[in-house]
Amino acid sequence: MPERNQYQVKTLTIDGREVCAAEDQTILEVARENGIDIPTLCHFDGLSEISACRLCLVEVKGNNKLLPACTTQAQEGMEVTAFSPELMEYRRLIVELLFTERNHVCAACVSSGHCELQALAQRLGVSHVTLPYLHVKCSVDGSHRRFVADHNRCILCARCLRVCGEVEGAHTWGITGRGINARMITDLGDRWGDSDSCTNCGKCVTVCPVGALVEKGKAVSEMTKSNFLPYLLQMRREARQ
Amino acid sequence: MTHDELREIAEKERDEQSRVPRKLNVCVAAGCLSLRSDQVLDALQTGLRERGLEGGCRARGVGCMGLCAAGPLVRSEPQHTYYRELSPGAPEVLSAILDNLDGRPVPEFALSPDLPFFAAQQKIVLENCGEIDPERIEDYIAADGYEALLSCIAGRSPDDVVQEIIRSGLRGRGGGGYPTGLKWSMVAKAPGDRKYVICNADEGDPGAFMDRSVLESDPHRVLEGMIIAAYAVGATKGYIYCRAEYPLAVKRLKVAIRQAEKLGLLGKRIGDSQFGFEIEIRLGAGAFVCGEETALIASVEGRRGEPRQRPPFPAYSGLHHAATLLNNVETFANVPPILRKGGSWFSSIGTEKSKGTKVFALVGDVMNTGLIEVPMGITLRDLVYKLGGGIAAGRQFKAVQTGGPSGGCIPAQFLDMNVDYESLMTVGSIMGSGGLIVMDDSKCMVDVAKFFMDFTRDESCGKCIPCRVGTTQLHRLLERISEGNGKLEDLDTLDRLGTMVRRTALCGLGQTAPNPVRSTLKYFREEYVQHIAGKTCAQGRCPCAAKPAACTEKQGEPTDAGAKSIPG
Repeated sequence: MPERNQYQVKTLTIDGREVCAAEDQTILEVARENGIDIPTLCHFDGLSEISACRLCLVEVKGNNKLLPACTTQAQEGMEVTAFSPELMEYRRLIVELLFTERNHVCAACVSSGHCELQALAQRLGVSHVTLPYLHVKCSVDGSHRRFVADHNRCILCARCLRVCGEVEGAHTWGITGRGINARMITDLGDRWGDSDSCTNCGKCVTVCPVGALVEKGKAVSEMTKSNFLPYLLQMRREARQ
Repeated sequence: MTHDELREIAEKERDEQSRVPRKLNVCVAAGCLSLRSDQVLDALQTGLRERGLEGGCRARGVGCMGLCAAGPLVRSEPQHTYYRELSPGAPEVLSAILDNLDGRPVPEFALSPDLPFFAAQQKIVLENCGEIDPERIEDYIAADGYEALLSCIAGRSPDDVVQEIIRSGLRGRGGGGYPTGLKWSMVAKAPGDRKYVICNADEGDPGAFMDRSVLESDPHRVLEGMIIAAYAVGATKGYIYCRAEYPLAVKRLKVAIRQAEKLGLLGKRIGDSQFGFEIEIRLGAGAFVCGEETALIASVEGRRGEPRQRPPFPAYSGLHHAATLLNNVETFANVPPILRKGGSWFSSIGTEKSKGTKVFALVGDVMNTGLIEVPMGITLRDLVYKLGGGIAAGRQFKAVQTGGPSGGCIPAQFLDMNVDYESLMTVGSIMGSGGLIVMDDSKCMVDVAKFFMDFTRDESCGKCIPCRVGTTQLHRLLERISEGNGKLEDLDTLDRLGTMVRRTALCGLGQTAPNPVRSTLKYFREEYVQHIAGKTCAQGRCPCAAKPAACTEKQGEPTDAGAKSIPG
């Protein structure tokens, strides 16, 4: 049993609640352990953090910048505010921006009812958008034997890219273009079905928070997603003990 | 190479130069070169040969002399007379210059060195620009080049060097203004035996060309600064991340690196010591965001140029997770003179919190566009009217944009403010890397804000949502206003969205992208209102000005029809 964490417990407050953290825990991990559900979209337990969705930004007393809970280490004496009117306003606006970006018409989406973006919009009370729709033009790639990639639904969280590289080791997914023209691609922009590196494991489909990566032959609201990667989490916990 | 050998080279070179009493320095940096100053140089050399004057006068290519508006520039020494707008197509002018080397300058093309543009400058970074041949290391050595490096290696401890930089009060010239000495000491103290020094030469602000000019005119100065930095922090490997759009700068850097290696000033056993350092050039492939330090590091590592969340800062974990010192070209260029003349000399220049000088690319609607170096704390009025020569006849000063797409527009009411890091922040702009775009009253501020928003929208990497979608939406709103289809609520939306992007974006690009909109909304709100309520652009620059008001009313976009519910 490694001893390193035994006396390295840190105490901090999140929204006034006193919580404690192990040496290498992030604010997000500690918060979720204590039932404080800071919203996220790009975070996925077991994958590396990219702090790209900016939904988990929190206020830390003494720091005038907002910090992402997913990459900020918990520190002794930290006073974290995870829910404030300002943060909620930003979170709602971020979700609204996502809805205006591509095509997120839930009624016609196989993931409706099992979609993290949809759930988040409901939770944050984003019932309508005030900004113009951008309708970025994207393709649908149905060339894969088992799966479909509908880029119109993609929110560029890059979970597929990370799970493919970090867990499966196939490195099939990548990003091309930049800014509003950024797109997820397989291999060097080939059709998914023609990909040499794809192992057809389906991990990317399982981690996709929205209806961008789905299994073929599913009807609307049939795409359930199971939280997999439990073994990684288990390993992480064991490493900590 | 030992210190004595260096001095020998310097003596020999100075001796040789003093034997030729007269010189014609021809600018061969990118600005003048694009007007064929190389042919001017050829013509002058041929002319000298024909006249048998080679022994008494030497025509040679040098770096940027600053007044790019009047290029190609030639300076005649020892009188210091500048000749402006010379052309290879006008040989009679060149002949007249050659025939009057000792006599009175040719009046139509001569510029006095006493002009405020030249006389009001104080040159530290640019001290050799326009004075030395950038492709000859001997020229640089004769101008005390590599003196600071070898005296550091021979007689000062790395910590002593860091202390000297801290004493100088130098702050990062790339835009942020972080204290350079503090950064150096952080890297020096960071654990690990493998450390890197990176020079950020990915200058991409519209209208800014300070770093390019330094690299093209005096590349050895940057190398020397980097080698001293490597010595101070204990790095063994360095990179210069230069944008591929600067081919001449890259070429001259390559020449400089080869020359320095040959003389034992770079590579293994520098100055006959145990200290070794090598420098490699990496080319940027045209992404503005790669000027952001973490994106730059990702790009050097061969990954997609996307920024990542800091901390950890590169000073602790940068290139290949090793401690990395990352400074801008101009910051490194300040290092050799600081070590030669002392940190207290440097800190005697400038203001209380912003020490030294700053190089600015003065562009836009001023008479004298070009490159200038002035002490920190100079007033905007001096920059625009004294050095810049004021606005063209019949026009009025309207605003000056500093800091590129991350900066803001400063209106006439602040003309008497001092230019330093803090003052610029208080008026909603930033120092940035040093682009100064002067605008006269023919410019529409909505159009200006739209231009910069289009730039950041296009250069956003797309990693984080606020920057990727937020800048696109901000640009869309500005487009709508400039087309005469805006609504008054749009101004609140611009403000609300801008604040969100500024507070939540992942990197500096997104966090500062709304600045041009914020500052123009603050100081030129009436222009926005005029576009929306009057559906017209007084300056005639926006699309709404081209259409009769009656037509525009019907062209409201269908997408702005108020609240829409999300289906499902």
